Amino acid sequence: MSTPTVMKFDEALAKFEPVLGIETHIELGTASKMFCGCATGFGAEPNTQVCPVCLGLPGSLPVTNHAAIEGIIKIGLALNCEIVEWCRFARKNYFYPDMPKNYQISQYDEPLCVDGHLEVEVEGETYRIEIERVHMEEDTGKSLHVGGATGRIQGALHSLVDYNRAGIPLVEIVTKPITATEDKAPLVARAYATELRELVRSLGVSDVRMEQGSMRCDVNVSLMPRGASEWGTRTETKNVNSLRSVERAVRSEIERQAAVLDAGGTIVQETRHFHEDSGTTTSGRSKEEAQDYRYFPEPDLVPMAPSRAWVEELRATLPELPAARRRRVQGEWGLSDLELRDVVNAGAVDLIEDTVKAGADAATARKWWMNELSRRATEQGVELAELAITPAQVARIQAMVDAGELNDKLARQVFEGVLAGEGAPDEVVAARGLKVVSDEGALSAIIDQVIADNAAVADKVRSGKVAAAGALVGAVMKASRGQADAGRARELILEKLGAS
Amino acid sequence: MSELVKKTAAELGSLIASGETSAAEVARAHLDRVAAVDGDVRAFLHVDGETVLAQARKVDERRAAGEELGPLAGVPIAHKDVFTTTDMPTTAGSRILEGWRPPYDATITARLRKAGLVILGKTNMDEFAMGSSTENSAYHPTHNPWDLSRIPGGSSGGSSAAVAAYEAPLATGTDTGGSIRQPAAVTGIVGAKPTYGGSTRYGIIAFASSLDTPGPFARNVLDAALLHEAFSGHDPMDSTSIDKPVPPVVEAARRADVAGLRVGVVKEFAGDGYQPGVTARFNEAVELLESLGAKVVEVSCPNFSYALPAYYLIAPSECSSNLARFDAMRFGLRVGDDGGRSAEEVMALTRAEGFGPEVKRRIMLGTYALSSGYYDAYYGKAQQVRTLIARDFDAAFGQVDVLVSPTTPTTAFPIGERADDPMAMYLADLCTIPANLAGNAAISVPCGLADEDGLPVGLQIMAPVLGDDRVYRVGAAVERALEDRWGGPLLGKAPELAEAAK
Repeated sequence: MSTPTVMKFDEALAKFEPVLGIETHIELGTASKMFCGCATGFGAEPNTQVCPVCLGLPGSLPVTNHAAIEGIIKIGLALNCEIVEWCRFARKNYFYPDMPKNYQISQYDEPLCVDGHLEVEVEGETYRIEIERVHMEEDTGKSLHVGGATGRIQGALHSLVDYNRAGIPLVEIVTKPITATEDKAPLVARAYATELRELVRSLGVSDVRMEQGSMRCDVNVSLMPRGASEWGTRTETKNVNSLRSVERAVRSEIERQAAVLDAGGTIVQETRHFHEDSGTTTSGRSKEEAQDYRYFPEPDLVPMAPSRAWVEELRATLPELPAARRRRVQGEWGLSDLELRDVVNAGAVDLIEDTVKAGADAATARKWWMNELSRRATEQGVELAELAITPAQVARIQAMVDAGELNDKLARQVFEGVLAGEGAPDEVVAARGLKVVSDEGALSAIIDQVIADNAAVADKVRSGKVAAAGALVGAVMKASRGQADAGRARELILEKLGAS
Repeated sequence: MSELVKKTAAELGSLIASGETSAAEVARAHLDRVAAVDGDVRAFLHVDGETVLAQARKVDERRAAGEELGPLAGVPIAHKDVFTTTDMPTTAGSRILEGWRPPYDATITARLRKAGLVILGKTNMDEFAMGSSTENSAYHPTHNPWDLSRIPGGSSGGSSAAVAAYEAPLATGTDTGGSIRQPAAVTGIVGAKPTYGGSTRYGIIAFASSLDTPGPFARNVLDAALLHEAFSGHDPMDSTSIDKPVPPVVEAARRADVAGLRVGVVKEFAGDGYQPGVTARFNEAVELLESLGAKVVEVSCPNFSYALPAYYLIAPSECSSNLARFDAMRFGLRVGDDGGRSAEEVMALTRAEGFGPEVKRRIMLGTYALSSGYYDAYYGKAQQVRTLIARDFDAAFGQVDVLVSPTTPTTAFPIGERADDPMAMYLADLCTIPANLAGNAAISVPCGLADEDGLPVGLQIMAPVLGDDRVYRVGAAVERALEDRWGGPLLGKAPELAEAAK
C-alpha cells in the first residue's frame, strides 16, 4: 500500500472533524501511600519504600488513606464536580509483573466525583471542557525492560521492577468527548492539560510534574468525516509526558488518522505510544485483544461515604483557583494577555506575588523572575520555584537596588551568590564586597586613569563624538569591577572632556 | 500420655499461672503427644520443637518478670497454616507457597503471642481453605481421630484433628463457608465463627475476602470463648474490622443458661440428605433446649436454599482475584524460569503446577462468573441472593434470639469418598454457608454420636451480627446439660489413639 502515512494538518481539518478525550492520572503528594503507611518520596533507592501491603504479600490488606480521599475531593470540587454520597472501590484484574496483586484497586462504575467542568482559553476563546468523572486508584510499580529494541516487555532480555511507586495514590480525571475545537484541537488539549496542572498545583495536593510522572496524560483522538453524524473510531495515545507532547500527540494522530481514512482504510481501536523524538505515535496493543478486567467491588475495603459536612468543610478550604487569580493579578500588575501567559507558563505567579508581598513592586519582581531567574532555572534544568532563592530574598535585593546600594549588574552577582549557597543577599554583598562606588574621589581617579589609557577615544569625545564615551564608561566599569555607578561615571567623563 | 494434654485450656492457664506447672512443661507434654500420635493423625504441616520451647520459656520469663498475662498465657495452640507467622513457614496448604517464610505476623498471630499462647505449629488445611475434608491439602490428608479412615472436616481439618487428638487444647481456624464449624462437628469439638469483622483478617491468606472469618477451636465452649476474646477486636490494619467492643463471650459461656430464650429451628435444614443419626441427635438437642427453659419455634428462611449456589459464585469470584498474586514474581514457587521464557509463560507454568485441581476449578468458576457479559447473571445475581439471605436472618431474628440447625448433614465421611465429586463435597457446608453470606455469629457444639456410625454430630447455633455472646451462652448451656447426661465431654467416648513408641 503506498498511501501517504500522514496528511497535512490543514487538509486533514478540511476533511475531518476531530473529537478528543483526555484521561489524566495525577499522583497525589500524600506523605504515605494509598493503602499502607509507606513513604512516597520520588527518587528513593528502588524497593526501599515497600511493605507487605504494597507488595501484595499473601494475607496483607489495604486500608484507605484519609488524606488521599481529602485530596481527590478537593480536585473534584475545584473541577466543579458532584461528590457522590456513597461509592466503592473496585478491583481491576489483569496480570502484569509491576502489579503486585495482579489487580489494581481502582473505581469502576461508582466514581467518587462526577459531572464537572473546566474552562480553558485558547487565543482569546474560551472552551468549556466537560469532566465525566474523577476517581481514586493506586499506582502500579515501575518496570524497566532491559534489552530489546522497544523498551517494552516484549523482546526484553530481562525486566526490573521498582515497587516504590506501587500503591501511590493516583487520581484519574476523565473528560467527556471534547468537540468543536476544529483546528485548535491540539492547542485546546494542551491548554486543558496546562490548566488542570495549574489547578491541581494550586490545591497543593500534588506536585504535578509531568517529567517525573506525577501527572500523565492519555490522549484519545477520533476523526469524523465532515457532514457525518457518528464519531469515528478512537485511538488512545499513552506515554505523553509533557504539555508540548499533548499538543503534538493530538496533531500527529489527526494527521495519521486522516491519511488512513482518506485512503479508504479504517482506524483500529488501539493503544498507541507517543515518541518524544519523532513526535509521532506507534501502535501498541490492540483493544480488540484487550483483556476483560473483570471489575467487581473491592471486598477488602468498606465503601466511601464522605459526609456532606466534610465535603463542605473541604470546599471552604479551597484556595483562590488559578483562573480567578489570573484575572486578579493581571489587573493588579497591569499585564497584557501575552505577558500574563508567559508568567503563568513559567509557574511564576506565586513567586512574583510573594515577592510583591515582601515589598518589591510588581514590575521589577516580574522582571527578575521572568528574566534573570528564569534563565538560571533553565541552565540548572529545574523549575523556577526550585531555585535556591526565596521571594523575600529577591525583594531584599531589589530594595538594595532601589536604595542605590546596588546596580542591576551588581544585583545579578548577588543573585548568583545566593543561588550558589553563599548566604542571604546581605551576606553575599558583604562577603563579595559588592557596593556601588559612589565615592566621587575614587571614581574621579579611575576616570582620570581611563582617559589617560584611552587617549585616542578621549580625543574623539573631545571633538564632539559623544557616543564614543560609551567605551570609556565600559572601561571605568571594568576597572571598578562593576561597582561604579555607570550613570554618574558617564556624567563625569563628559564633564572632564568638556563634552557635556 | 501426660495428664496435662487432657486438661482444658482454662485449667492449663491457671495451673501455669499458679506455678503448679510451667509453660515449658506444658509445651513439652504437647510436643510429646504430637510426636506420639501425629504420625497417624497428620494434623500438622510444621512443628519445630525448639521454636515451641523457646516461646514457652519466654512466657515463663515474662511471668517471672512480673508481667500481667492473660488467662491463656502458656497454653499451647495449633495455628492454621493460613495465618502468617514470621518464625514458621506459611503455605495455606499449597505447593505454590511451599517453604514461604512471611516477613510479618498476622494480627491474630501477634495477638496470640502477646497473650502468651505458645504456637505449637501450623496445621494442615485444604489448599487455600477450599474444601470440606482437608483432602485438598497439597501435602497430605489429615485423619479424623475418631476413625483414622475418615476425614476431619475442612478446610481447617488439621486444627480440628489436633484438638480432638489432644495434640493441642486450642486451635485457630478460618471459616469461609463452614471451615471451622463443619470440622468441629465431625471431630466432636467446639468451633465458632465470629461475626464477620469481629476478628481481624490481616495476615490471613485470603480465599474469599467478604466471607473469610477467623475463629477458635477448643474442646469446650469456655475455652473457645477465651480464645475468641484473646484474638478478637478492632484492627486498624483491616478496613472491614468492626470498631466496637468484642461481645462478652467469656461471660456468656460462664452464664450458660437459656431460660426464656427464644430458639428458632431452621425449617429448611432438615429432610432428605440428612443422615438419620444426625437428625436424631439434632432433634434431641432441640428437646433439651426446651427442657432447659428455652422457647422453641420453627422458623422458615426460604432463601437459605439458594445459599449454596450463591456461595459458589461469590467465593470463587473473589478467590479468582485474590489468588492472582501467586505469579512466581515476588515469592513462592517459580516454574520454568530457564532464562528463555517470558514472565507470562513463567506465571502460567507456575500456576499450572503450583495450584491443585480444586483451586483451579474455583479460579475458573470465578473468572467466568466475573467476566464481561456474565457478571450480572452470576456474580450480580449471587449478591442479590446474599441480600435476601441477610433479610431472612433479619426476619428470623425478629422472632427468635438464636437459630439452630445441624452443623452439617452427615457425620465424617471416609477419606476418598467425595474426592471426585465436588458437588457432594460442597453439600457438607449446606447449613453453615448462610451465616457466612450474612456475616452472622455462629458456633458448632457436639450433640452426640450418630447411631449408625458412632461418629460425632454437631449442633449449629446462629445469632445476629455482633450477637456472638448468644451463641456461646446457648452452646455452653447445651454442653453442660449434655455432659451431665454423658458423664463428661463427648470426646471421652473417642477411641484412644495408639501412641507411637518414643
